[in-house]
Amino acid sequence: MEKQWFTISVYSENNVGLLNRISGIFLKRHINIESLNVSKSEIDEVSKFTIVVLTTEKWVHNIVGQIEKQIEVIKAFYHTDEETIYQESALFKIESALLFDERQIQNIIKESNSQIVTVAREFFVLAKSGRRHEIDEMHDLLKPFGIMQFVRSGRISVTKSEMQITALLEEFQHN
Amino acid sequence: METVHVKQKKIEKDTIMKITGAEAIIHCLLAEDVELVYGYPGGAIMPVYDEFYKFQDKLTHILTRHEQGATHAAQGYARVSGRVGVAIATSGPGATNLVTGLADAQIDSTPMVCLTGQVPRHLLGSDAFQETDIIGISTPVTKWNYQITKASEIPEVMAKAFYIAKSGRPGPVLIDITKNAQFEEFEFSYKKCKGVRSYKPVPKPNMETLEKAAELINNAKKPFIVWGQGVILGEAEEELISVVEKAGIPAAWTIMGESAIPTSHPLNVGMVGMHGNYGPNMLTNECDVLIAIGMRFDDRVTGKLDEYAQQAKVIHFEIDPAEINKNVTADVPVLGNSKETLGLLLPLLKNNTHEGWRDEFRKKYEIEFETVIKNDIHPTKDKLTMGEVIEEINLASKNKAVIVTDVGQHQMIACRYAKFEQSKSNITSGGLGTMGFALPAAIGAKQGAMDREVVAIIGDGGYQMTIQELGVIFQHQIPVKIVVLNNDHLGMVRQWQELFFDKRYASTVMVNPDFVKIAEGYHIESKRVSERKDLKSTIQEMIASDKPYFLEVKVEKEDNVFPMIPSGAAVSDIRLK
Ligand SMILES: Cc1ncc(C[n+]2csc(CCOP(=O)(O)OP(=O)(O)O)c2C)c(N)n1
Ligand SMILES: [Mg+2]
Repeated sequence: MEKQWFTISVYSENNVGLLNRISGIFLKRHINIESLNVSKSEIDEVSKFTIVVLTTEKWVHNIVGQIEKQIEVIKAFYHTDEETIYQESALFKIESALLFDERQIQNIIKESNSQIVTVAREFFVLAKSGRRHEIDEMHDLLKPFGIMQFVRSGRISVTKSEMQITALLEEFQHN
Repeated sequence: METVHVKQKKIEKDTIMKITGAEAIIHCLLAEDVELVYGYPGGAIMPVYDEFYKFQDKLTHILTRHEQGATHAAQGYARVSGRVGVAIATSGPGATNLVTGLADAQIDSTPMVCLTGQVPRHLLGSDAFQETDIIGISTPVTKWNYQITKASEIPEVMAKAFYIAKSGRPGPVLIDITKNAQFEEFEFSYKKCKGVRSYKPVPKPNMETLEKAAELINNAKKPFIVWGQGVILGEAEEELISVVEKAGIPAAWTIMGESAIPTSHPLNVGMVGMHGNYGPNMLTNECDVLIAIGMRFDDRVTGKLDEYAQQAKVIHFEIDPAEINKNVTADVPVLGNSKETLGLLLPLLKNNTHEGWRDEFRKKYEIEFETVIKNDIHPTKDKLTMGEVIEEINLASKNKAVIVTDVGQHQMIACRYAKFEQSKSNITSGGLGTMGFALPAAIGAKQGAMDREVVAIIGDGGYQMTIQELGVIFQHQIPVKIVVLNNDHLGMVRQWQELFFDKRYASTVMVNPDFVKIAEGYHIESKRVSERKDLKSTIQEMIASDKPYFLEVKVEKEDNVFPMIPSGAAVSDIRLK
């Protein structure tokens, strides 16, 4: 089976130990977590883990089964890139002088659809959301001018199809 | 023993009163009908031990001689009784000593609750004396774990622990309790846990898949059942027998499923797996429909996966959705508790006998009998074999004993030749293969089924891993029968060295102590048998005794266990010699 990108979405109760449990499942199988994001979800007091992996469908299926089995996990899904709307965010910290000295920088900002988050005497900060390759491209363009700091977030994604967590939760409660 | 009179606060369901966390733990255990806990004290768990002292007329605490022994005893108790076993230890080394038992219970789906003491909350993370991150350490080997840092959490978390350990696919739960939480007072009330929102222990059976399964089975020419411990855990023994008999399907067991159907049942065709029977292994690759029930296609069962039952349609009855398609792809997965799903399947099945197909198992059995079994249980050579010892135990106990085995050649021989009439009678460390399991597990098994004969079959190697538990047997006069099959070798490893490492016996020759004297040191009646003429009478004497009894049998040093599927080979490449 071919390796491909999968986004695993895990809905869970808020629990301190769960991240450890989940990461252990990947560790045991030598599957690298490409990106991980933990946030609240559309449901009160339910957290959402968004995990990106490059692996085969057989493995992602197996892993999702193991994740879902954890007591605090309400439901876990996996999706291919085509089935999701997804983004990452990045911050670039750049020397302020460049904003005035290098005309090219202003073009990059405009064309990349990024926002200036703050401007200080010494530095300014650019924020860019988008696909990984868009962020990478912007990074490559800015690099020759000098990037003071760079950071990119994990992928966040929503699925095109419905995720019936609320219905599931109700069903759980009736059981 | 001195008895203490403590004024006991009456506790009724849902009444409210202020007690310490430590006392609350006792009330939780009592509310969960726990009568017996195994453990070992130490600084961080002392408040709870103080309560054990006060409540000793209601709750028995057995001091094992090592915390690992506490876990295996709890496992033995759980496996024989179907109840939750409880083990308790202090923080740090006490807690880490539980890890092997947790891992064993996790892989063999044994319901167990382990309690550990922890340093007080304000010292967490300070590398305090005997602080260890047991939550972090135990995470991969527990079904669930939780650290309690406030007394008020105790009732709910304890209730959840018992519920999670026992429900669905059972497993071990560890609850770590900081010392401050044991001292704190709070208003106690207890409610049993009836469900956890995010946890669905038993999937609902789907009639459509059951109908598909029935159709496949009804049309099969060579159907074959392999069942595992899921049948025992689900208490589906009767349902399984009904299915097997109605549809006339030969049925084999994994090591964990043994004893669910009596050995003598004509459709019980024996064991699958590395040292299983010849017929069931060979015919796995000839059946047309393979019906797996409550088993997880462990590699010791399947051998080489891409040559495992490729010709067959696979129906997988399973409670744990994560097991479906994990190792073997199921054409028809049937999720649910085996008792329920087999019960629903039964009326959909047609009566059948499959005589010709069953003959193939008989023929294969004859081949195995002539080449292997005969020599194992009725040897003509001088030296004693492990097989004949097991056979004598069968005879003396009339196949009624609970057999608890350790890990190695003796385990395989015992599982191959022990005969059972009753379920929950074969207690062994299957998935983890934990040497040292048997002696403490036998203690638990006996205490979980006092009316039953319990015989532990142990190798000279594994015996010495938990030999100190003889202290428990002696102290409490627990009438287990301990049989050490002494081949003066780590036999199973030696066998592999003989077969696959040109007989280079690296560290497998055992220089053993006088086992009889050791048992005598614990005031346990002991015998050694080195000759065939003494075997039968000594085993009869052992079984007749109503006290603990130790028997060492000197067996052939370099016998091998056959048949054998070499690791990585296909089930049909099973070797008879
Ligand atoms: C704790 C542990 N360590 C190592 C092993 C590997 N191992 C499997 S069987 C075996 C030999 C067991 O020897 P013994 O207890 O004498 O039993 P025999 O095979 O001789 O019957 C060993 C070392 C194991 N299963 N468990
Ligand atoms: Mg040995």
